[in-house]
Amino acid sequence: MNLQFLVDGLLSGAMIGLGAIGVTLTYSILRFSNFSHGDLMAWGTYATLMVVGAITALFGKVAPLAPLSFGWPLIVALLAGMAFTGGLALLLDKILFRRLRAKGQMIIVVMASFGASMALRSLLEFLFSSRPAYFSKAIQIAMPVGFGIRITPDQIALLALTLLLVTGVHVLMTRSQIGREMRAVSQNIALARVVGIDVTRVVRFTWLIGGALACVAGVMIGVLVQIRPLMGFDMLLPVFAAAILGGIGSVPGAVLGGLIIGISEAGAVQIFGAEWRAAIAFIILMAVLFIRPIGLFGVGER
Amino acid sequence: MGRSVLTVKDLVAGYEPGVPIVRGASIRVDEGEIVVVLGPNGAGKSSFIKAIAGLVPVSGGTVLLDGDDITALPAHQMVRRGLAFVPQTENIFPLMSVEDNLKVAGGVLPRSEVQPRIEEMYGLFPDLRERRTTAAGNLSGGQRQMVAVARALMVRPKLLVLDEPSAGLSPKFVSMVFSMLTDVRMTGVTILLVEQNAKAALAIGDRAYVLVDGKDAHEGVASELWNDPVVAELYLGHRSAAPEGGRA
Repeated sequence: MNLQFLVDGLLSGAMIGLGAIGVTLTYSILRFSNFSHGDLMAWGTYATLMVVGAITALFGKVAPLAPLSFGWPLIVALLAGMAFTGGLALLLDKILFRRLRAKGQMIIVVMASFGASMALRSLLEFLFSSRPAYFSKAIQIAMPVGFGIRITPDQIALLALTLLLVTGVHVLMTRSQIGREMRAVSQNIALARVVGIDVTRVVRFTWLIGGALACVAGVMIGVLVQIRPLMGFDMLLPVFAAAILGGIGSVPGAVLGGLIIGISEAGAVQIFGAEWRAAIAFIILMAVLFIRPIGLFGVGER
Repeated sequence: MGRSVLTVKDLVAGYEPGVPIVRGASIRVDEGEIVVVLGPNGAGKSSFIKAIAGLVPVSGGTVLLDGDDITALPAHQMVRRGLAFVPQTENIFPLMSVEDNLKVAGGVLPRSEVQPRIEEMYGLFPDLRERRTTAAGNLSGGQRQMVAVARALMVRPKLLVLDEPSAGLSPKFVSMVFSMLTDVRMTGVTILLVEQNAKAALAIGDRAYVLVDGKDAHEGVASELWNDPVVAELYLGHRSAAPEGGRA
């Protein structure tokens, strides 16, 4: 049996995991499932692509940082894209979610996020057409690393970036004051107010982090696969599965959930064939939930 | 004594507009005092104290804290003005460690003062130092109340307001909580509390108000109030029927 599926699974797991962090944070702090999260990924990716284009127009073709397929423009553009996506998430909250949240019916907010998802996706198709786009057309040679596994330099770089971001978010949540405030709001919003926490500020921060990470996940897909308006929407099911599998509210759980889903999907493709991809992931999800309904790292309701 | 920390005048408050639960209640709390608000079930005690803390909409009257008008400020600003509130239930963050419960409340303080203040709290509540890394939700009822009070004291409040601190506790913990409040007062903190357990509260209080029908119906020195016939009358007779020491 070829072990290549481990690398493929690890990569798609990293993308799913980064997306799942945003979903798990909005779910635990704002208490709704944000179905437009996948489209934030796509918007972030297109924004990054635009900035790369602008940099190329200003500075001409920049040589890639060998052996990677991309150069500093993509890194700068990614930072700009993260800021843009965080801002877009804030804007969506301001014009849509916050107003509906104030009315107190969560199912309405969830439905609104479906609507926002469709609107965002259609707008992307309108602006960029549904033809796929690419950050780079260069073909990378995968290096053999033993056991029949091959990996490209881009893949290594993106896995390292994921590790860095996930560690960073975890440290932020557990060690910083804003992280403690986020946990406090997710556990008891009324008490958080009594303690003097500015809940509005915490909510804003949550959107910024979720949006920025969605952008990174999208750009990873863009670099390793391709850029399409539907790219984020297609990730929605695995992203939610990962967040639930890991336990809602848990950052390490979301990432571990992503890796489990990613690797089992890739394994399923190899063992049973591509048509079983989603089914295997969901069978694993259901099996875990039967044994541990609150997810791997989840904590029970009080 | 003498300097007024809290002055509540003719407070009107309730969850729904036009349906006041608190109907013109006035109280005063002087510096260093423990003041108790008593009253039969449904008298509006809890709503009264929550309205002071900014958790129930206020439609009339004024609340002055140290001369500063804090009437109907949003709850998260009350702490910054010096009023710390301990809710009756769910008054800790159960999944956070004891220390994180204190740290998160210290966000209002300048950063350099947070850790020293936590040490002061551990000095006041040595049990909490031992359990500092334990999730607060795994503590006993009495220890949870300690976390809630320590959390409120983190910000060095001018006034500590407690909503039925003995609620839901076994008798052993009730006496523990009240002796803890006496210790807290010794550190110079002024305390206002609402209690169902009149006997225990009057034992530690300086003065008390009896709230009936959303209004302050009677005021007196705590130690005398227990035998005051007017209170017996208002309180539905604590001689004939035993005072409710239990649950709301």
